[in-house]
Order: sequence, then structure tokens, then C-alpha cells
Amino acid sequence: GEKLPGVRKTDHVLPDALTPFEDVAHYNNFYEFGTDKETPSRTAGSLKTRPWTVSVEGEVQKPKLFDVDDLLKLAPLEERIYRLRCVEGWSMVVPWVGFPLAELIKRVEPTGNAKFVEFITLYDPARMPGQKSSVLDWPYREALRLDEAMHPLTLLVFGLYGEVLPNQNGAPVRVVVPWKYGFKSAKSIVRIRFVEQQPVSTWTRAVPSEYGFYANVNPQVDHPRWSQAKERRLGEFFKRPTLMFNGYAEQVAHLYAGMDLKKFF
Amino acid sequence: MPAWTSRSSSRGRKRIRHEENAPRAAKAVVFVAALIPLARLAAGAALGTLGANPIEKIIRTTGYWTLSFLLITLAVTPLRIVLKLPRLVRLRRMLGLFAFFYGLLHFTGYVVLDQFFDWPAILKDIAQRPFITVGFPSFVLLIPLAVTSTDAMMRRLGSKCWQRLHRLVYVSAIGGVIHYLWLVKKDISDPLRFTVLLTALLGFRAIVLLRRRARGSNSTVLSDRREAG
Repeated sequence: GEKLPGVRKTDHVLPDALTPFEDVAHYNNFYEFGTDKETPSRTAGSLKTRPWTVSVEGEVQKPKLFDVDDLLKLAPLEERIYRLRCVEGWSMVVPWVGFPLAELIKRVEPTGNAKFVEFITLYDPARMPGQKSSVLDWPYREALRLDEAMHPLTLLVFGLYGEVLPNQNGAPVRVVVPWKYGFKSAKSIVRIRFVEQQPVSTWTRAVPSEYGFYANVNPQVDHPRWSQAKERRLGEFFKRPTLMFNGYAEQVAHLYAGMDLKKFF
Repeated sequence: MPAWTSRSSSRGRKRIRHEENAPRAAKAVVFVAALIPLARLAAGAALGTLGANPIEKIIRTTGYWTLSFLLITLAVTPLRIVLKLPRLVRLRRMLGLFAFFYGLLHFTGYVVLDQFFDWPAILKDIAQRPFITVGFPSFVLLIPLAVTSTDAMMRRLGSKCWQRLHRLVYVSAIGGVIHYLWLVKKDISDPLRFTVLLTALLGFRAIVLLRRRARGSNSTVLSDRREAG
């Protein structure tokens, strides 16, 4: 893909080996392009990512409709290597390119009423053929608490491996929240809304008993149908133990102090 | 002699002649065809083309073919009646054994590749994950059927007993389809296809049974006990 210019290296690196680009780009849960993991890499060519706008709206002083090319220049791009843990029990390690979502949030100045940030994916069955099926309630919606969205680890992402995001990985812009299961990190975003009430995420709406609002990676709280204690890192034979908050406990555990994580799963 | 059926009830009857005439070629063709999914997996594993998560691919594929062969096996009886091809029954034992074979690969894949003999985790799965709770016995039930699929075992058990035992294949197939339905995260279209087919195959038998009852127990070709297999 096309190289992203001026990407700074950061100290967000891991001892873990990177998952090869081929695997990152060919093993995708992106139901907008089909429900198995190989299909999105084959069908996502139908997604035109230019022109593309992102509307930032709701409880903010300065709502704005961003052209994605302007959004990209809002803050310096940096490379961060994060673990990605899917709720299904597999994981990968990806060098993302983007900047902290907080950079965008600061510029639109949330009001005192802004308690949550909702991310809404494009709805366009012509460009996203999977949306012709009613397997999920389109468009895809995800949300974070404002403090989660402001957390320095939460990234607004435009690329991976130094290149523009492949369509199947959520082009042209997505979020990445590394301590939560992958489905919390909304892809191909067209709207970011600041709201007072906790939004209902797409997966929570689909199966409320299995997918909660928080979806923090937690080896002690099993999915109702499978264990979350271990994970298969793509490319490895032996399963590895899943880490609390996906290994980011030191940075994020305080966000959930005093909360019963079995209840707020 | 075919499996999943009791041919012993018709031993010495005229059917035998047809069966002796049935072409061995058909069996050979089915045998080779039934090995294609395994050959493709093996080739994929050797060439490294099973994708980013080859273990998942192996387990999913063998599971898919276990269910497929179970349904194909259960389709033999309806097809012989509808197509008036009683000799099809000669393929049934082999098809049933392929269902067991892929089930064994599926189960071994889970124990060795997925869990790598982590027995506490496996036991926990069986006890706590509904889709494994139902999937595990569905496979285990196939073991006695495979073991008693030989001519000698059929004779030893007697046709009535053997047939009763082999009705477990219905339980196994129903359990297998539920296993698939409960595993899937959201898009249940694939397991639904299996559900519809299995319902049709079992529905056919229910209709045959009801009709037979309506006509009195000893009428028509369908009263041949082995048709119930």
C-alpha cells in the first residue's frame, strides 16, 4: 500500500514478535464485508475511501465535518505496536500508525454533558456488500466512556506497517483501544458523537448476554460460550495466557477502580 | 456389508443378488472422493496455505466434513427409496465410517492442536461450554457404531440389537448440528443449512413411520426393518 509520510517511531514497542502483514491483512473480522475472516480481504476492494468525511458532533463546543485528509494532519503520526486480542480467543501484534484520539477530542472541546463517545461506521451496502445481509444491525456502532476515549493509549488509526490502512483493516480511519476486545475498535468511521447517555453497541444489541459495553480483555471473566483465560497468538502453536487488560493493566486499571468487572463485562 | 444398517434381516433374500452385482467401482469412487477434503487440508498444511490461523482452519474443516458425512450417511435410506436404488445401501457403512474418521480428526485436532493435551482445560470446556458439552458426546457416540460396523459384530449382536444401537446416529447428528449452531458467533447461515437438511432427513423417516403405522405394521416394502436405518 501507499506509504504514510512522516511517521514517528515511539517507545510503544513490545517484546512480542510482530504478526506478519499478510496475516494482519487476511484475517479480519469485518462483517461489513462478510462474516468469515478471509472474505474481507477479497471483497473490501469495493470500499472507496476518498472522498471521505468524518463528522464530529454532539456535546461539543466546536462540532466539525473533517475531510479525512485534514484529519490525518491534525497531529503528528506515530507508530505504536499494540497487542490485539479478539473476543474469539486469538490475538495478533500490529504496528499501527495514527495519533491519540485525545488530540481530536481536545480540539472539538466536549461540553460538560459529554460522558460517552460513540463511533459510527459507514453504512453503504454498495461499498460494503456484507451490509446487504441483516446479520448485524447496521450501521456498526461502538462507544467508549469519555475517559477511556481520552486515554493516551486510545489511538485514531490511519495505517499499519507504515502504510495506509488496507480497506479490510478499517480504512480510511478507525480507532484502536488495545486493552479491549477487538470489536470495540470501530472501523471505517464516518461519525463520532459525544453523548450523555451510554450508547448501545452493535454487538451488545445483537447478543446482550455475551458482549457487554466495556469488553475489557479479562482472563478471569469468560465469554459465556468459551474461556478467555488463554489465547492463540497467530503463528504460534501453544496458547499463551491472556493478560489482564491485554497487558495494559498498569496504564488502564485505574479507570475501573471499584467496579465489578464480572458485572461490567 | 453395509454399516449403519442391519442387513442380516434380509440375509438370504433376493436383495443379496443385487448387492453382489453392485459395482465395486462405485465404492472406489466414493472412497477416493471422501478423502479429497483431507487431501486438501494436508496439501494446505504442507504448502502453508491454510491462512493466518491454520489450527482453526483444520478444526473447522474436519468438523464441517464430520457433519456432512453424517448427513450424507443419513441420506442413503431416503435416496434408496426415492430413487428406487436399494443397492445404495452398500455405500452406507463406508460413508458412516468416514463420518467417524473426520470426527476423530476433528476431536484429535481439538485435543492436540487446539488444547495440546491440557486436560483440565478440556474437561472444563466439556463441563462449561455448552457447544462442547454437546459436541463431545456426539462424537463419543460414534465410537460404538464404528466398532460394531463389521460383519462379525453385526452377527454377534443380532440384527435387532445392532439396529437399535445404530439408531444412536440420529442422536449424534442432532448433537453435532446443535454443536455447530452454538459455536457460531452470529452468522448462523451455515449451521442452519445443516439444520434444515437434518430436519428433512429425519422428517422423511417420521413420515415413513407414520404411514407404516397407518397401514398396519406388516405392509409395504417400507416395513422392511432395515429401511428404518
